[in-house]
Amino acid sequence: MKRAYGKELTKGFLRENPVLRLCLGTCPTLAITTSVLAGVGMGLAATVVLICSNVVISLLRKVIPQKVRIPAYITIIAGFVTIVQMIVQAYLPAINDALGIYLPLIVVNCIILGRAEAFASKNPVLLSAVDGVGMGLGFTMALAVMGAIREILGAGTFLGIQLLDRPMLIFIMAPGGFFVFGMLIAAANAVAKRLGRKPAQKAGCAGCPAAGACNGCEQAGGDAV
Amino acid sequence: MSKLLGILVLSIFAENFVLAQFLGICPFLGVSKKLNTAVGMSVAVIFVMVLATAVTYPLYAWVLEPNGMGYLQTIAFILIIAALVQLVEIVLKKYIPSLYNALGIYLPLITTNCAVLGVTILHFTKGYTYGQALVNALGSGVGFLVAMVLFAGVRERMESCDIPDFLKGLPITLIAAALVSLSFMGFSGIANALLG
Repeated sequence: MKRAYGKELTKGFLRENPVLRLCLGTCPTLAITTSVLAGVGMGLAATVVLICSNVVISLLRKVIPQKVRIPAYITIIAGFVTIVQMIVQAYLPAINDALGIYLPLIVVNCIILGRAEAFASKNPVLLSAVDGVGMGLGFTMALAVMGAIREILGAGTFLGIQLLDRPMLIFIMAPGGFFVFGMLIAAANAVAKRLGRKPAQKAGCAGCPAAGACNGCEQAGGDAV
Repeated sequence: MSKLLGILVLSIFAENFVLAQFLGICPFLGVSKKLNTAVGMSVAVIFVMVLATAVTYPLYAWVLEPNGMGYLQTIAFILIIAALVQLVEIVLKKYIPSLYNALGIYLPLITTNCAVLGVTILHFTKGYTYGQALVNALGSGVGFLVAMVLFAGVRERMESCDIPDFLKGLPITLIAAALVSLSFMGFSGIANALLG
């Protein structure tokens, strides 16, 4: 039994890393990783929401009717996002400014809805909480790595400490985000190949947690990349 | 009037929703493989964005905010958007079947799309009036369309390219997106000049 917990905890770090392997939550990954601090802040905020929503959804998994489960999950998640938003606004105004609109947008982050649908709705409370911790930390780590690369190359600093004299500004702008993310996924794929695993899942509808609930994906040709 | 035009240009090009603000990346990467699906999805997004703004703006500005319930913004907006999408789907299916056939399958995809929730919240961050917010919603939707159509074209070209093994699939798609995004950065000067 103990092994099961360990496995659920560590799977989010690398094996099923939500960003690099499952390609979920791409919007915040690209948008707020202009510095390490913003990346970690976003990751931790999402982790808190993820753990809370996993626990509540797991507790209610036998109560919520199958047909209205997605709206029910969204309502639960939105509640926790509002709580986190108010706490961050009150105690961490710097993080609040850095995250801006992406803080309320945690509601529609596919990682959280995805774990609710794929894990918390089928597993007991403690296991769901552990899954939330693991996935949340995996998300945070990926954001921190990407934030570090972009901050060092684009602003020439690391956590505000000056490293480079002439930074390449493009890396903290929009195109740099796409480019660094593409290279990181390529790197993750190469590592996965070495370890004999399949490359990252497809983006778009195939990886979208709502794919099962929404019949539009297949018809829309959302087979993606 | 020129302010409205400025907002429109700004939201379509310089602050393009997908390429500059990173909202709605999932459909951008997911349904941009074919041109016709890219257009269908984008038209549905424009439709829902304008409608969602038309409903959520008055609710927040005239009901939630004056009564000190501004903190309900996130919950209220996501529920309204979800309900609205359902409602639009039902109405279209019953009364305008031709439009439903064209847009119907994309509508459920949009509920949990961060672009729609994003645009409704951004109006307040930027302090737009009701009219400006509607123009901004329209512009953001059109910007999404422009990005999708351009990128669908790029991807159709990429199909026949010889791509190194380790970049195949998602990595090369993201790098192509980086180049498209780079070209959109050129618009920021034009928008600034228009806004004065």
